[in-house]
Amino acid sequence: MTKPVGIEVAVAAAEAVALCNIDVAAVYPITPNTHIAEHLSDIVADGRLDAEYITVESEHSALSAVMGASATGARTFTATSSQGLMYMHEVLPIASAMRLPIVMGLGNRAVSGPLNIWNDHSDIMLQRDSGWISIFAENGQEAVDMFIQAFKIAEHPDVLLPINVNMDGFQLTHMVEPIVFPTQTQVDQFLPSYRPFATIHPDKPLSMGTLALPEIYTEAVKARDVAIVNSKKVILRVWKEWGKQFGRKYEPVKSYKTAGAETLLLTMGSMGETAEEAIDALRKKGVKVGHLNMKLWRPFPFEELSKAVKGCKLLIVTDRALSYGGPGGPLCSEVRAALYDDPSRPEIVNYIIGLGGRDMRVEDFMKIIETAPKAKKSGGAYQLYGVRE
Amino acid sequence: MATLNTAQTYTTGLIQNFDLYAPKLVNKEEYFCAGHRACQGCGEALAIRLMCKALGKETVIANATGCMEVISSLYPTTAWKLPWIHVAFPNAAAVGSGVEAGLKVLRRKGRIPDRYVKTVAIGGDGGTVDIGLQALSGAMERGHDLLYICFDNEAYMNTGIQRSSATPFGASTTTAPAGKASIGNKTWKKNVPEIMVAHNISYVATACHSYPIDFMNKVKKARAIKGPAYIHCLSVCPTGWRAESKDCIKLGRLAVETGIFPLYEVENGKYRMTVELPENLRPVKDYIKLQGRFRHLGQVELDFIQKRVNLEFAKLMQKVECLKSWTELAKQA
Amino acid sequence: MKKQWPETWKEYNTGGIVFEPGNARSFKTGSWRSMKPVWDNAKCIKCGVCYLFCPEGCISEDKDGYFIADMDYCKGCGICAHECWPCAITIIEEG
Repeated sequence: MTKPVGIEVAVAAAEAVALCNIDVAAVYPITPNTHIAEHLSDIVADGRLDAEYITVESEHSALSAVMGASATGARTFTATSSQGLMYMHEVLPIASAMRLPIVMGLGNRAVSGPLNIWNDHSDIMLQRDSGWISIFAENGQEAVDMFIQAFKIAEHPDVLLPINVNMDGFQLTHMVEPIVFPTQTQVDQFLPSYRPFATIHPDKPLSMGTLALPEIYTEAVKARDVAIVNSKKVILRVWKEWGKQFGRKYEPVKSYKTAGAETLLLTMGSMGETAEEAIDALRKKGVKVGHLNMKLWRPFPFEELSKAVKGCKLLIVTDRALSYGGPGGPLCSEVRAALYDDPSRPEIVNYIIGLGGRDMRVEDFMKIIETAPKAKKSGGAYQLYGVRE
Repeated sequence: MATLNTAQTYTTGLIQNFDLYAPKLVNKEEYFCAGHRACQGCGEALAIRLMCKALGKETVIANATGCMEVISSLYPTTAWKLPWIHVAFPNAAAVGSGVEAGLKVLRRKGRIPDRYVKTVAIGGDGGTVDIGLQALSGAMERGHDLLYICFDNEAYMNTGIQRSSATPFGASTTTAPAGKASIGNKTWKKNVPEIMVAHNISYVATACHSYPIDFMNKVKKARAIKGPAYIHCLSVCPTGWRAESKDCIKLGRLAVETGIFPLYEVENGKYRMTVELPENLRPVKDYIKLQGRFRHLGQVELDFIQKRVNLEFAKLMQKVECLKSWTELAKQA
Repeated sequence: MKKQWPETWKEYNTGGIVFEPGNARSFKTGSWRSMKPVWDNAKCIKCGVCYLFCPEGCISEDKDGYFIADMDYCKGCGICAHECWPCAITIIEEG
């Protein structure tokens, strides 16, 4: 077990990716993912990692180049945020359809307009239907662990899907945190070398990215959907294996002090840690409140969510994105849909928080828990927390 | 009786008729199989077929969305016998960059057999000169060992003959149609080979399937370059140009003989005509009158086109006569 | 057992990959044509220009060095007849 080092999370992410011995990376800089791009290119320039680092001219080309490389059988990586992710959006679903196990690091950032470089989840929420596996890191250690796990999950022969690891931009990517790095030997043991099921090479010519007529498109959709739904089994196995080898536990929905809790607060991403301080403070006062942090976003963890909210009377779902004119935040809409048929489902309140990098302090979470019982719940209602009226 | 549709030079002499018997020397392997769904008389399909013969087996193709991609890769069939990947419309050059990088690093790490495999990215004029220009420029600038071939049929043919920046002046397309208030496309064809020369790549060439040996020689030459190279291949589209399918080869020849699409190479900045043309070019009218997309043009437009073609040809001739190769210039510097 | 078209979702190749190179040959485009080429071998000079210019690549050399189009794929475009130097190919209506 190595000693923890104090390191900026984005830099640590690049180090984690380098430990995975990637072959090709194409990363276009955009705040706040720039430090991943820069540090990874440092590692390659120093000869610490034997990889081709393509300085592409746009994010669309970044993902396209990485897809081309992945098709040859290379282990590939890219990273982006917000506008860059949106620029890649055209190719994002294609990476999933072509079953290319690409790993992407996301420094979650608000989507324009207006232009805003700070953190919220609107960028990843706009990619919900793209068919990528999505996991969310709550802190720097999780980010590092998740990048290594991501390659194993994506490349598994029963999965073969691209995966994005989400880190809150600035609020996580630019924090200096104590992180324990696995050794190269440990990573090599955990992560075998990539064995692609099909590659483009003259030894076995094949055609990738063919056209699908209406007769077959539905079947293509079903095949892909089954793959992503079944990937949960692999994700849980990989997390179990990680827990055994490294002693750090990962689960789709993490529960914190939920025993006997009548009210639960659900978060995604790094704000969970701040929320837990609020939970601690309220528990000291005797308030029966607990915290859930969702780490697996796609495929959606229906079973784990249902189990986690058993016995809870009020579920406060915090979203960091808004679907304009829709039923509130994406996380809450999906949670409501997931729990709809559960006769013992809790009442659900939606708070939209921390948009465009607006900070959420412990007091803010305490205020939310305090005001939630009186907040409007029905008709797709949501509360835009902290908006100045 | 069908006329012999050959250039004036091909009248007598065994040496001048060399091109006549050259088909016997061509690679007989068909890497682009029959059964593809191109229109009858498709010049682009012919060009692809010839390109594959020149490239040979040790090649990977990255193809942009377009006619050639759609007609050749309808799941569960493929007309390609070469390894082939299609991702999207604007990114053939970016995908090609990734394939090249992937093959390079995997060969270096010993994960694929230790022999050279060429990466070739192809796209139509849409996927190259318009939506794909950014990716092309990036790939060429980064110096990948990538050959890019643009198959230019002068419009977005696959989606229904819409105007591209490679559409010639006066052509009627479905988004720049001829009408009472318009002569069709109002802009001159974008000169992409010049843009590629400006990227300082060592080999740029124009070609046409109607000069198959010239085209295949250029493909072979470009393939041998361990760096970026670009070929712009005029591909006659009888459907989109509203011409007879049998005139496919003839139209390509006329495009060259009228000076509208001269065939040349630029090697390290040195311009050279690969098909010599007589001093008096054929009048553009010979080319234009065979195509329905130009049938609305009057004498004024024809004169304008003739003058402009003469000017563009003169610009090229000046480059051929005056510009030195960069290697020569470097010696003098 | 060979797959029947259209396939079930389980049969759909992962990623939509087509593993059989050149299997487009199973699609016989010959049914498209309304005209077809006919060779007069007496005039043929065995140059191979027709073979070179066929967009389908369906013209091949027989054992005597003459050329013939594969009628399974010939779309009847007329390029071969138009390019033939000694005018040995005529295009006639598909009977």
